[in-house]
Amino acid sequence: MSIKKILNKIDSIARREVSFGKILVGTVILTILAVSTIVIMRMILVPSFTAANNDYRYQWHRVANQEEWKNFKVKYKGDDYCIDCHSEQHKKLLQSVHAKITCENCHGAALEHPENPIKLIVDKKRELCLRCHSYLSYRPVEYKELQTKNIKLKMIKPDEHYPDSNTQCISCHDPHMANFK
Amino acid sequence: MNFNRRDFLKIGIITVGGLMLPFSAFEFLTPKAKANIIHSTNLRWVFLVDIQKCVGCGMCVKGCSTENDAPTHANLARTWIERYIITKDGTIIVDSPQQAYNGFTKHDVHGKHIPIENISKAFFVPKLCNQCDLPICVDVCPVGATYKTPDGIVHIDRKWCIGCAACISNCPYSVRFIHPTLHVVDKCNFCYHRISNNLNPVCVDACAFGSRKIGNLKNPDDPVTQTIMSKPVAVLKPEFNSKPHVFYLGLSYEVK
Ligand code: HEC
Ligand code: HEC
Ligand code: HEC
Ligand code: HEC
Repeated sequence: MSIKKILNKIDSIARREVSFGKILVGTVILTILAVSTIVIMRMILVPSFTAANNDYRYQWHRVANQEEWKNFKVKYKGDDYCIDCHSEQHKKLLQSVHAKITCENCHGAALEHPENPIKLIVDKKRELCLRCHSYLSYRPVEYKELQTKNIKLKMIKPDEHYPDSNTQCISCHDPHMANFK
Repeated sequence: MNFNRRDFLKIGIITVGGLMLPFSAFEFLTPKAKANIIHSTNLRWVFLVDIQKCVGCGMCVKGCSTENDAPTHANLARTWIERYIITKDGTIIVDSPQQAYNGFTKHDVHGKHIPIENISKAFFVPKLCNQCDLPICVDVCPVGATYKTPDGIVHIDRKWCIGCAACISNCPYSVRFIHPTLHVVDKCNFCYHRISNNLNPVCVDACAFGSRKIGNLKNPDDPVTQTIMSKPVAVLKPEFNSKPHVFYLGLSYEVK
């Protein structure tokens, strides 16, 4: 069949006469169909949005999102989480000048430890200690965060303080006590 | 009265279209509703950074990036530390190697050694999202994927964001970035999952030097609020009038 024949056929169908009754019924059915598809598709596709405090400019958001952010996974559990199993290190640390440094700063996020990971990282590299102890002339001179007393912030020059790359700081210093072994 | 099919279709479309109109109902703001916007909660998160205490150890950056799955391999972070060095001839040098993920341990800047005698002053500036009261990023979002919560935190809806980056180019503080694996915009939200569950943001816990603090601006007894009300504090780029809520103690005018 050629394209011209198809077009002619469509044209003749379009020109066929129909009764008013049929048109009325058709219109009603079409309307109901159209409205319900739009309403149903909207319900499925568009999540509910709201504007907290009627602030449509800044607070218009998908309703569920604020809860989604509240339920984001907590990976850093804090020092108290470690007390039960590593009380020795915990006690030592709290008594030392390192008291304000959290365990997870040096050992990484606890996640589900001890289930997963079974062990936390023990970083023995000089770089860990140098983050805070490397000498920079413009670092503050005093350390005031300890409840007991304000002390000097002690910095060492990495290329003068036992620079042999094989000697780790922890071969002479205890990281939890912040003193000598 | 008889129609042909063509007329039927025409009338049909007009009828259906007309019936659709009332479905798009509008909601108008009464003055009372507007007042609600201002006096709604008794919680407004606020951040306080003490520049004079920061040593640039980068523990905050390390903690934040782990906690929030930040793409460190792409050198992107939700919070970072900038080192400002002002030399005696007035040059301002700024660097932030890998967003200070591994801290600052050397005097070298951009691989160049700067003799200590030449330094007039230098300091570290921790940066993070300012959780503005009038966030420009929210204004420009075309799909409503970023918004402010009643307690003042600006969020990004990861399911709704299309990654168009309009907010990134409009944020005065450059805190936003496209997450290379999630393909949506990401930024600091004061660790909303932690502060809503009575925990501190990771960067606050990680700071052994007391340089980072978080508080509630609507509680007059909060130590952070008291500092902000009684001490000389400053915000970054106030000229944008976005009402940022990260306050700095000891901020120097060189900081951009
Ligand atoms: C429920 C008990 C438990 C808790 C809580 C716990 N740990 Fe552990 N931890 C263990 C066990 C068990 C091991 C494995 C010891 C082994 O195999 O030598 C371990 C191993 C470690 C190691 C490696 C030690 C080594 O010798 O290699 C570190 C570091 C560590 N934990 C740090 C932490 C820190 C920091 C926390 C708190 C955030 C913590 N742990 C919380 C039980 C616990
Ligand atoms: C300043 C960084 C630092 C902090 C803070 C820190 N650790 Fe450690 N931790 C280390 C280093 C370094 C070692 C390795 C010591 C060694 O091998 O001699 C270590 C070793 C350990 C070990 C292995 C057993 C041992 O004693 O050698 C455990 C368990 C441990 N730490 C738990 C903790 C807990 C729990 C805390 C918090 C209360 C904590 N650490 C805080 C740096 C730190
Ligand atoms: C998060 C920053 C930080 C890290 C990381 C850190 N320290 Fe410290 N350290 C401090 C602070 C703060 C003090 C107390 C102020 C001072 O004495 O300088 C301190 C004090 C010390 C002291 C006591 C100095 C004295 O008065 O005799 C020693 C020793 C020490 N640290 C060793 C280490 C070693 C070894 C490591 C690596 C395992 C390490 N620190 C990692 C922050 C840090
Ligand atoms: C060979 C042993 C040895 C090693 C390795 C070592 N230290 Fe020391 N450290 C000492 C001794 C001894 C002192 C006290 C005398 C001094 O100040 O030199 C000291 C003092 C310190 C002090 C206090 C400085 C002061 O002004 O009172 C700090 C901080 C320190 N060390 C940090 C480190 C760090 C960080 C590392 C690793 C990069 C490290 N040490 C490696 C032996 C060591």
